[in-house]
Amino acid sequence: MLQIKPILAALKRHKAGTVLIALQIALTLAIVCNALFIISQRLDRVHRPTGLVESDLMAIQNRFVGTEENNAAPLIKADLAALRQLPGVQDVVAVNSYPLRGGGWSTGVRTDVDAKDSKAHTTQYFGDEHTLATMGVRLVEGRNFRSDEIVEADPQAIPDPAAIIVSKALADKMYPDGHALGKTLYIGDSKKPSTIVGIVERLQVPWNGTWSDSFYENSLIQPVQLTSAFTNYLIRAKPGQLGDVLKAAPAALVKVNRMRVIPSDRGVRTFAEVREHAYKGDRGMAILMGVVCLVLLGITAAGIVGLTSFWVGQRRKQIGVRRALGATKHDILSYFLTENLLIGVAGVVIGALLAIAMNLWLVTQYEMARLSVPYVLVGVAALLLLGQGATLAPAMRASRVPPVEATRSV
Amino acid sequence: MFSYYLDLALRSLRRNRVLTALMVLAIALGIGASMTTLTVLHVLSGDPLPGSSDTLFYPQIDPRDMDGYEPGKEPPRQVTWTDGQNLMRAKRGDRQALMTGGAVPVQPAQSGMEPFYGDARYTTADFFPMFKVPFLYGHGWSASDDESKARVVVITRTLNDKLFGGKDSTGQTLRMKDLAFQVIGVLDSWRPNPHFYDVYMGNYAAAEDVFVPLSTSRDAHFDHNGSTDCWGTGGGDQEHAETSPCVWLQFWVQLDSAAKVASYKEFLTHYSQEQKSLGRFERPPNVRLPDLMEWLDINKVVPGDVRLQTWLAFGFLLVCLVNTVGLMLAKFLRRAGELGVRRALGASKREVFSQLLVESGVIGLAGGIGGLVLAFTGLWLVRLQPSNYASLAHLDVKMLLITFLLAIGSTLLAGLLPAWRACQITPALQLKSQ
Repeated sequence: MLQIKPILAALKRHKAGTVLIALQIALTLAIVCNALFIISQRLDRVHRPTGLVESDLMAIQNRFVGTEENNAAPLIKADLAALRQLPGVQDVVAVNSYPLRGGGWSTGVRTDVDAKDSKAHTTQYFGDEHTLATMGVRLVEGRNFRSDEIVEADPQAIPDPAAIIVSKALADKMYPDGHALGKTLYIGDSKKPSTIVGIVERLQVPWNGTWSDSFYENSLIQPVQLTSAFTNYLIRAKPGQLGDVLKAAPAALVKVNRMRVIPSDRGVRTFAEVREHAYKGDRGMAILMGVVCLVLLGITAAGIVGLTSFWVGQRRKQIGVRRALGATKHDILSYFLTENLLIGVAGVVIGALLAIAMNLWLVTQYEMARLSVPYVLVGVAALLLLGQGATLAPAMRASRVPPVEATRSV
Repeated sequence: MFSYYLDLALRSLRRNRVLTALMVLAIALGIGASMTTLTVLHVLSGDPLPGSSDTLFYPQIDPRDMDGYEPGKEPPRQVTWTDGQNLMRAKRGDRQALMTGGAVPVQPAQSGMEPFYGDARYTTADFFPMFKVPFLYGHGWSASDDESKARVVVITRTLNDKLFGGKDSTGQTLRMKDLAFQVIGVLDSWRPNPHFYDVYMGNYAAAEDVFVPLSTSRDAHFDHNGSTDCWGTGGGDQEHAETSPCVWLQFWVQLDSAAKVASYKEFLTHYSQEQKSLGRFERPPNVRLPDLMEWLDINKVVPGDVRLQTWLAFGFLLVCLVNTVGLMLAKFLRRAGELGVRRALGASKREVFSQLLVESGVIGLAGGIGGLVLAFTGLWLVRLQPSNYASLAHLDVKMLLITFLLAIGSTLLAGLLPAWRACQITPALQLKSQ
């Protein structure tokens, strides 16, 4: 600590270099903090559970051709029967959408029939009594649909259901006291109440973009078998037989009826592929940010090594003099480390401010949350350690300068 | 003199290989990252119709009821069937087209080919001349075809290759949803970027497979895809889409002069007032008339992630440059002795300065070349991504030039401070300490 004054005096003679290192540390900190924050946000999103048991699950996108648009009920029925007969299949359901699919239905829901504004936004899934078992969502309260509750309906004119199943998130939002079971909801502009007969632990919406973040676990299942020509089959294979079903299912469908389109691109997918596709962008962004952070830290470290080495080379004589006057190797080492620490502290202080400013700007420009303090602290610690680490090698070299250097050609 | 400086620079750079490599690498990484993201941004924010985009406008009017009314809020981004038809009939623009998207089952005549769903655009006749759509064979339809709900279709080159083996298919029959359509035109390759005329079908989607008159599509009960926004008692029911209070159509108008733009805006206000007095509209007139590029801005067509990446890359470049300034400063000052001798032997400050700048220029050039290689690699990686704009990411001549200017310009800028500092060396002091 005694050394701070002479260090400051020495730094004054190297203003440009000092300022450059501090500036570089500050900029690196600002970028790294924000990048780390973005990475963690993306990873949080990627790791959100869907509520489904995702193993042994697959999806087929199907569109009948040559039938009246909303008259596909018998065709769907025949498909379901054929799929259920496959040896590896445990359960099947025809739904309008499923979590992470990317497209689906959404609506507002009210608890008060006269309310003008909806109380919450939710996605609507339409499926029969096999929906819960096929998806593998866990029923925490109430019961599943009975088969006599299922109605066939044209998507243009869906009757208001008497019974519905909701996700826990939606139940709690509509009835914060925790007693949603048996209570009623009004879907969209409907005047007819729907009774909550079951609550599932968790069921994500089909979207995973930022726009659905405010309601990403608000889901509602209606006991409706849609009759549209466009449908999605979710198939749960018996444990370990997904590979066989993946081949057998589309073949079985074509055997039932050739007049259909199953897109060659993403028409038949395991749920792992669905998840992979849904989060490709987020994962890519996180990896990119990670690489940028690493390279940035590497470049900053290299810059510090370069500049410190130069200073060491420049000051060989002074170091020799100090050593001759009794300074130990350790004194020299700590001189350079302290010098770097001083510059580093100045850099991280500016950098922390820059990081916060940059985040505030990003918040105004993009849908992004406020930077939390721990990220800044982690960044500060990382950069100070990086600075010390980068200084170590040149400083060691400096400490090895022999005292005899002082006597050479002054 | 320049070649001498160049020789000096190369010698000096060779002497300190690690340092040189570090500087070149830092510049290359910074330039590579910036150029990759900038190219993607450039491609995505480009003008889909250069030369005519400033004469194309997207009128917005507000036909909604008073629910949730806030003065000055943006009107809906599409129009209702009634308003679309009214604006079409008014014919106040040089050209105008009403359109929406959909999907139709295409049933190939060939026995070996399975039926499939094709993306469709239902539009009116002016679509083709207004957007300067190139034709390979045949032509678009006429206003009278719109009028008579003619069963005609224009297909893309890709679909023509697939169904008719690339031959002139005009006059042939195409079956869609169990109805026979006569092919009257085949488009040449056409992919406006972004997919500006309907941003609800994917911002960078390719053009549709088939184009059918809007009136015919209603007649044939073709499916509508895209956004449908309803209010009041509107249900979004496709069968009654003509009368329900829903916006689901895009309306584009071509206005060739500023005077026409002003008078069109006036017309829209008058129209809104008229509709209000008729009781159809409830809100006070609220009209907008953005041109094509403004319309793309309003819709934030360029993905946020892409802009974020560009900012990140330029931040990265800045750090790389600061790093290079620091390293160059160290390098130049280390050669104080050598520079002192040169100064003592008669080199002026200006000469030493330009010698050092040549040296930083060489680093910039090397960094630029490295950056270019990295940018090509980066863009190749971008093209492997699944997003629908990925295939568009290519470096054009303009971006190539910008890369080099950026690389050399920024390194020269980075070399200024170190070179200037090195010039300030007093020769006498340096000579004394030798």
